[in-house]
Amino acid sequence: MSGDNVDAKVAPNSKNISLPVSRVKLIMKSSPDVSNINQDALFLTTKATELFVQHLARSSFKNGSGKKNTLSYSDLANAAEAMENFQFLTDILPKKILARDYLKTLEDRQEEDEI
Amino acid sequence: MAERPEDLNLPNAVITRIIKEALPDGVNVSKEARRAISQAASVFVLYATSCANNFAMKAKRKTLNAGDVMSAMEEMEFERFLQPLRESLEAYKKGQKGKKEASEQKKKDKEKKSDVEESDKKDEDEEEEEHMDEEPEAENEAEEDEVEN
Repeated sequence: MSGDNVDAKVAPNSKNISLPVSRVKLIMKSSPDVSNINQDALFLTTKATELFVQHLARSSFKNGSGKKNTLSYSDLANAAEAMENFQFLTDILPKKILARDYLKTLEDRQEEDEI
Repeated sequence: MAERPEDLNLPNAVITRIIKEALPDGVNVSKEARRAISQAASVFVLYATSCANNFAMKAKRKTLNAGDVMSAMEEMEFERFLQPLRESLEAYKKGQKGKKEASEQKKKDKEKKSDVEESDKKDEDEEEEEHMDEEPEAENEAEEDEVEN
């Protein structure tokens, strides 16, 4: 995959993390059943989250419309739907549809029911 | 425990910076997209934690360790993160070790230094005492000189 090369770019400064570990710890601890997290696990989760943000942004942009050189919400929603390992995001990244289209599908369904 | 719901968000400024660094120069990221990525990152942390916790529970451990997080990444099909994660963990551990050694060395140096300082001080005190002893004598001598003249 060509993405691998791009991701490898982060390796040189890989020991640095920019997200605050305290905040990541708080999110981890908010999960039920989790009692203790050791330092290494906390560091790895923080680093993995950074890699995830990069990866999500890159793949969404690459597969996106690229309209006006902008990464848009719909690029993300499309990526969440298209990529196997982003499936867990479909709940929080629902595809947007116009109210007009939604109402039309509702009407179509009703008509089908009536027939 | 998180007291406010916004405590479960990651800082927007940092997320934005990571996104910008990941994309080619000059690419704009809509506000909505930024918010969505930030939320996705929080969900990623929760998902990874829950997966890692399953591995820890299976092994009857109460503490999540590095191996659990690595296994979680594999299960979540983020194998592409494994190699960079291994590398950064190694660098992190080296850094921690270095830090520890440095702080221990610093401590030792400090102790040594304070020892030296204390003995220096003692020397100074003694010298001063000697001076004080000498001075009256000198004065006396001077007086004597005067008298003689």
